[in-house]
Amino acid sequence: MWILILLFQISPPLKVQVFDTPNDKGGSISIEWELSPDDSLLSYYEVFRKLSTEEYNLIATPPPGSNRFEDNSTKDGEPYWYKVRAVSPTGYTDSEPSGPVVSSAQWFHHKRWNALILGIIFCSFLLYYIKKAKIKKSLFIRKISGLEAVDEAVGRATELGKSILYLTGLSDMSEISTIASLSILGRVAKKAAEYGTTLIVPCYDPVVMSAAQETVKQAHMEAGRPDTYDESKIFYLTADQFGYAAGVDGIILREKPGAVFLQGYFFAEALILAETGASIGAIQIAGTPATTQLPFFVAACDYTLIGEEMFAASSYLSKEPTMLGSIKGEDYAKIIIMILISIGILFVTLSNVGILKSLAFNFINWFSSF
Amino acid sequence: MKRAVPLTITFITGFLIIIGFFIPHDPIGGLQSTFLQWYAIIVGFTMVLGLMTLAKVHTRKILRREAGFGYSTVLIGAMITTLSVGFYSGVKYGIFETGTPFMWYYNNIFVPLSATMFSLLAFFITSAAYRAFRARNIDAALLLIAGALVMIGRVPVGDIIWSKFPDVAEWIMNIPQMAAKRGILIGIALGMIATSLRIILGIERTYLR
Repeated sequence: MWILILLFQISPPLKVQVFDTPNDKGGSISIEWELSPDDSLLSYYEVFRKLSTEEYNLIATPPPGSNRFEDNSTKDGEPYWYKVRAVSPTGYTDSEPSGPVVSSAQWFHHKRWNALILGIIFCSFLLYYIKKAKIKKSLFIRKISGLEAVDEAVGRATELGKSILYLTGLSDMSEISTIASLSILGRVAKKAAEYGTTLIVPCYDPVVMSAAQETVKQAHMEAGRPDTYDESKIFYLTADQFGYAAGVDGIILREKPGAVFLQGYFFAEALILAETGASIGAIQIAGTPATTQLPFFVAACDYTLIGEEMFAASSYLSKEPTMLGSIKGEDYAKIIIMILISIGILFVTLSNVGILKSLAFNFINWFSSF
Repeated sequence: MKRAVPLTITFITGFLIIIGFFIPHDPIGGLQSTFLQWYAIIVGFTMVLGLMTLAKVHTRKILRREAGFGYSTVLIGAMITTLSVGFYSGVKYGIFETGTPFMWYYNNIFVPLSATMFSLLAFFITSAAYRAFRARNIDAALLLIAGALVMIGRVPVGDIIWSKFPDVAEWIMNIPQMAAKRGILIGIALGMIATSLRIILGIERTYLR
């Protein structure tokens, strides 16, 4: 009988390691193990934990194939012991106990050194060119046809005696793209106020609606036409994606605006909106950082601000030297990225053809270790 | 003063969130999630404001008999019905319990309406593709050829015509398409950093109107 039990006894999880979870705010210990050689026969694993004075308590039952568990319920400074049990239908076997281990909070995320270094370099470029722009005053920025067309679109809608429809996308105020969109809205609203053209802004998010109302109101004041500001034209529609698409399509078909601006983050509804706008012959200017929607906008709209062009819009339209300086800084940051990519390509190529193989491997490993 | 206070708040908040990205230790590490929770609370209140605005705009349209006021009547009617059914179900059966009148309303009216809107995308893709694929210049011609190759490489008949079509489609997606996409993404990331920095430093103030 004992021989049979010994024959069917499953192997325990091997090399159980316990350590303080790195780069966290404390309260967590990680347990890692090598799979039991009989992993395919197991029902599950069991992770046990104990404090020095306690008995072992079951804290988790990871499925077969798991070799890691994060215990997120520890008290910093308390020593813990762990063991992992392999459980099969015929019985179980425990690993050797591991510990003691103490959890603690870290003051720096060691996997983010690369982000810190590159962030400092990029910000230095931006700040340098912002400062330089204050002194030099004139900086060359290439022409962005989508932004040059903003005034043309407002003018055309005015000539046709039609309204302007402005959409801020489906993101909330915590998204940079929405803030960038509101910057463009300010410019469009000011022109519309000067020309006395109706501007309609249906919003997906009520916070964005409030911000858009303030933006348009301020634009009317700057244009010297506070009396023409109509709050009811900037309204909340719905926070449902296709409900919003249906609502906006209805507005497009009923109001037949002369110009449609689609500026912000859009999802699957992008083409529904842009094609409806195109069907009524409105001049359409789109801009989005959503790479999946860019091809649709390029196909359906007259002008498209591609990614970064949208973020550059407020600087480009304001022509303020300090704002333009940051765009110049961005360009130099791009040069740094291009150099880094070229170095990466060179090293990967070298590591494949055998020349300086170890050096190339070491560099790639070092760079990707962060 | 009207601008100095929000600019100071923006600077401190932005700076703390950046620092929090690198320092996991409390209280800095958890600040971003705390701020997002505050934001969610504010959104809850503004949702009421949004609904009131929507109701106000459409009620006025109905009262003044403006053009298209019939649609406004449908909207106000749907809004009242949804709210009534929601309150009734929530009080009697509990929120989001299955088999309640609200869930019936949601599954049989709201979901099909959303699906109908989504399905329109198929027709719009066709019309947009027709315009985009007209070979008016070299760029459009290249787009047409690449698009046709990807489409034919991704359907079973493409493999039957020529076994290399799927490989060609994969190559287009993995090499030229991915290179262009990554280029755009790098530009977007830098644009976001620059815009964030302008906002934190108070250079970009358009959001403070």
